[in-house]
Amino acid sequence: MSELFRIAIVGSGPSGLSAAAHAAAKGVSHVLLEKTDHLSDTIFRYQKGKHVMATPAQLVLRSDCDFAAGKREAVLAQWNEDAANAGVNVRYNAEAKAITGAKGDFSIATAKGEVIRAETVVLAIGTQGNPNLMRCDGAALPHVQYQLDDPAEYIDEHIFVFGGGDAGIENALGLAADQAQGNVVTLVNRSADFARAKDANVKALTSARDAGRITILSETTPGAIEKGWVTVETPQGTARHKCDRIIARMGSAPPRKFIEAAGVAFTSEAVSAFPALSPTFESTTPGIYVIGALAGYPLIKHCMNQGHDVVEYISGSTDLKPADEPILEAKLAGLPGKLSVSEWLEFLRGRVEILHGLSPLQMREFLLDSDVRAFRAGEVIFERNGVGSSLFGIAQGSVLVEVDPKNPSITVPIPAGSIFGEVGLISGRRRGATIRAGENTIVVEIPRTAALKLMAQVAEARETVNRITTERQILQIFKSGLTPADLAEVLPEAQTLEIKAGQAIMTEGDEGDDLFIIRSGSMIVEKMVGGKNVFLSYVPAGSYSGEMALLDGGRRTATVKAAIRSQVVRLPADPFRRLLAKKPELLKRMRDEVAARRKVNAFVEDQKDSFGGVVDMYSSVASFLIDQGIGEATDVLLIDETLCVGCDNCEKACADSHEGLSRLNREAGKTYAKIHVPTSCRHCEHPYCMTDCPPNAIQRGPDGEVFISDACIGCGNCQRNCPYDVIQMDKPPPEKPSLLAWMLFGMGPGPGEPDKAWREKQPKGAVERGKVAIKCDMCIGKAGGPACVRACPTGAAIRVSPEEFLSVALLDRG
Amino acid sequence: MAVARGQTQRRKSSTHESFLRHGGFLFAKLSVALCVACIAAYFLQDAHPRPSGGTAVGYVLGILGAVLIVWLALLGVRKRAVSDGHYSLKAWVSAHVYLGLSLIVIATLHTGFQFGWNVHTLAYGLMLLVIASGALGVWAYATLPKTLSDNRGETTRKQMLAQIHALDEQIHEAAQPLQRAEADIVRLSLEETDIGGGFWRRLLGNYGDCANAHALASLGPALRVATGKEAEALRKASDLMQRKADALSLARRQMHITALLEAWLFVHVPATFALLAALSVHIVSVFLYW
Repeated sequence: MSELFRIAIVGSGPSGLSAAAHAAAKGVSHVLLEKTDHLSDTIFRYQKGKHVMATPAQLVLRSDCDFAAGKREAVLAQWNEDAANAGVNVRYNAEAKAITGAKGDFSIATAKGEVIRAETVVLAIGTQGNPNLMRCDGAALPHVQYQLDDPAEYIDEHIFVFGGGDAGIENALGLAADQAQGNVVTLVNRSADFARAKDANVKALTSARDAGRITILSETTPGAIEKGWVTVETPQGTARHKCDRIIARMGSAPPRKFIEAAGVAFTSEAVSAFPALSPTFESTTPGIYVIGALAGYPLIKHCMNQGHDVVEYISGSTDLKPADEPILEAKLAGLPGKLSVSEWLEFLRGRVEILHGLSPLQMREFLLDSDVRAFRAGEVIFERNGVGSSLFGIAQGSVLVEVDPKNPSITVPIPAGSIFGEVGLISGRRRGATIRAGENTIVVEIPRTAALKLMAQVAEARETVNRITTERQILQIFKSGLTPADLAEVLPEAQTLEIKAGQAIMTEGDEGDDLFIIRSGSMIVEKMVGGKNVFLSYVPAGSYSGEMALLDGGRRTATVKAAIRSQVVRLPADPFRRLLAKKPELLKRMRDEVAARRKVNAFVEDQKDSFGGVVDMYSSVASFLIDQGIGEATDVLLIDETLCVGCDNCEKACADSHEGLSRLNREAGKTYAKIHVPTSCRHCEHPYCMTDCPPNAIQRGPDGEVFISDACIGCGNCQRNCPYDVIQMDKPPPEKPSLLAWMLFGMGPGPGEPDKAWREKQPKGAVERGKVAIKCDMCIGKAGGPACVRACPTGAAIRVSPEEFLSVALLDRG
Repeated sequence: MAVARGQTQRRKSSTHESFLRHGGFLFAKLSVALCVACIAAYFLQDAHPRPSGGTAVGYVLGILGAVLIVWLALLGVRKRAVSDGHYSLKAWVSAHVYLGLSLIVIATLHTGFQFGWNVHTLAYGLMLLVIASGALGVWAYATLPKTLSDNRGETTRKQMLAQIHALDEQIHEAAQPLQRAEADIVRLSLEETDIGGGFWRRLLGNYGDCANAHALASLGPALRVATGKEAEALRKASDLMQRKADALSLARRQMHITALLEAWLFVHVPATFALLAALSVHIVSVFLYW
């Protein structure tokens, strides 16, 4: 019979090593099992010379091993020294294959056939050994790899790195670091921002991109892999690139089979789920403890603290507080009820639906970023048109949404467990309604970045937010007094679909009677008239399509396809028809809409002989505008070049109403058929500029204006992210003498943006202001509306929202 | 389609109508009505000994005309004062055009068709000059923008100039291997070419003495006799200068059209100030010396 250890620790990464070192320091009998012949394989396999970071900065390190941010080599050397000094009992080349037995006498079988016995087992194996795989065509080809040991190995290659997490960013930076290697590096990220990555990494990445060393493809997914080429799906459509090597760093998942075989249960069936744990890291099998990345904690500092703590727990300590306890205690002080921190965590997690999928440990980290707030009945939580993009979860009580701004007494309740504020989270718009507490209420307020991180990490949270948003969006679109209960039958069969730019959701003449709701992006409606495709209309996000066939049967009367990458919800026809039968008001509303669309169709049919040229012209102008990004605009400045006399009064007016700087370049931009799209903000439906604003300074105003607040720190991210080049970095010029002083006495530079020479001649103020990002804010808050349009003497400058402008109804004007 | 947006009462979008058609010819109709009313009043009055500025109707017409002139002149302030409130410069321009035209009727009736060599008729004459130059402006605004747009395509003014400067650098480079005599000709293009010139030159579009054109022509004979490397360098320089000539002609055409769009203002604005002065004298004198 072999020796029975008090603790067997599986895995010698930061958490396992820290646990072993603490056990050694305490004199507890222990054994540390390591699969390879060196400690901490995950860090060992980091790129050579990689800078290892120590986040979160506010967390106190509590471990017998030392750790500070530094080069990979220095960190590993420190740990080897600490392990030797502490007298850690390590067994190398001992890969655990199976765990059997029960608390007091577990047996761990290793790959070499040894059996190690221990009273308790600490699983600290991390997830790196089990990376998420590519799933597209060609994923099995030999040039697809999931690991990058030494970036210096590769020269003169076109390399695609998939994954917007830290691993992917660091690999991409490593490959592009030395220009002499001649690698052409592209980083592909599935989402628009890098919510999962560390700030410093994101900054390094954007500066590498600005220096032209790395190309970043955002909101892009792999399409197919061939030898020498890769096809990707971008928001603008499908693109094929030269590619010699693919490095996939799309995260990793726990080695579930091995862990479940030991009787350990997971929190859910989701691929990204973690083992279910008690606050002392004990799994559902008594005596087996789980710490580190496998417990849902990828950060080294957390891991090391947990290694220390788990040994304390196993040694019988009951009053050990986690290292972040004082921070959370301070955060939760002053709330009603005398709950401890862990009781609070459990309370919130158990009650707020989007938090259900979090482990107690993830919950701790989550709460470090978030706030818990209590409101008395009737107290306002946020006001309509208020600025804010945080998400709220209701832990206790309920809130009331004031749906009618004119009559605050008309409200819709949102019950405990649900969320609110999700519109701001998704589109960055201002608060759409005032929300107050319906009774004494406790809510958790999650800042936008923390909410995005939560949705990126926990699939269930993402699904819950999506489901609630879809439901509310449908209710808002159809109005007609619908309640969530009415949708109960429709929603379960609803399908959310991602539609590529140019892909059709329905084709003229096809069978089909489902209804489509456009959640994001936009659609264009086309019809074949006299053998030609005629542009009928533009359908923005927040509208529906397909109601003609739904109501009247028959084939589709027009083709509807995506103008940019869009997300649609498909509602099956039958349950929806049953809903219509119950709701005559909704039926009437849709009938009216159909009548209006029939008129448009008939109008186009009429035109086909007499005004063929006009219809053609209109169609081509519409396609030009869609190409110019009008498809994702909410409001755009157009200039009718048959009227523009080039006086630049629009630019002058813009400068004079915005601290002396014009946000518009009239002459620049594309022109087609005498319609000119100047370089000026289009206030995109999903603004690119907003995706990565560190101080969250870019927001949406009440009319949909995307504007930059005073919080701007001048980092320039938005300028780089804008595909339309409408953001510039500049500092406001000194104040000019008044208009009258100029008109009567010729003082100052006159109307418009002052020239450089004048600016430089002015005495510098006491406080020199730095450059900040400036862009069109649609003259937010000015009663008269945008100054560029008001100041146009001939009517050439017009501001339009695409659904107003891209309508066939304009045709009769010729 | 149900779309939730635009939560404030702020005016955002604008109708696509030119200043002439503004509000369905609102100001045109208004001004026709005004003229009809004035004509009616003029012919319905029983003036003794004859209609003039001194009768009751004459007074009303005079006050109306003076107020209109002052208000029309304020367009210059309105254009430059960008305030936050609700206004449309296009509506102002539309009113300016039609009410300005109505002054022909109003002021003429005010004179009672009495003209002479005096400050009163001077004011009237200046007013007609202002209106005539304004009419020229309306014609320019209605017809030239299309030409302006056709000429520039998607090139901006800055790009046009940058293009010429870039060509200059290339010409300079290409001229390095040339003999002294030819290099001097090329220098003519580099140093003496006047892109725009003064207002009259722009307005008339007269660039017959363009240094680049001269230089290009002068290179002709040298090009025919040169051989070998020299010929190659010459051909390169002359090709670049030909491209410069094209770029110059594009930029100059742009400046020519812009000048046409502005030319009338050089009469309209000074004449307006002269009119305001003459009008003041007219008003003061009729009250003091009448």
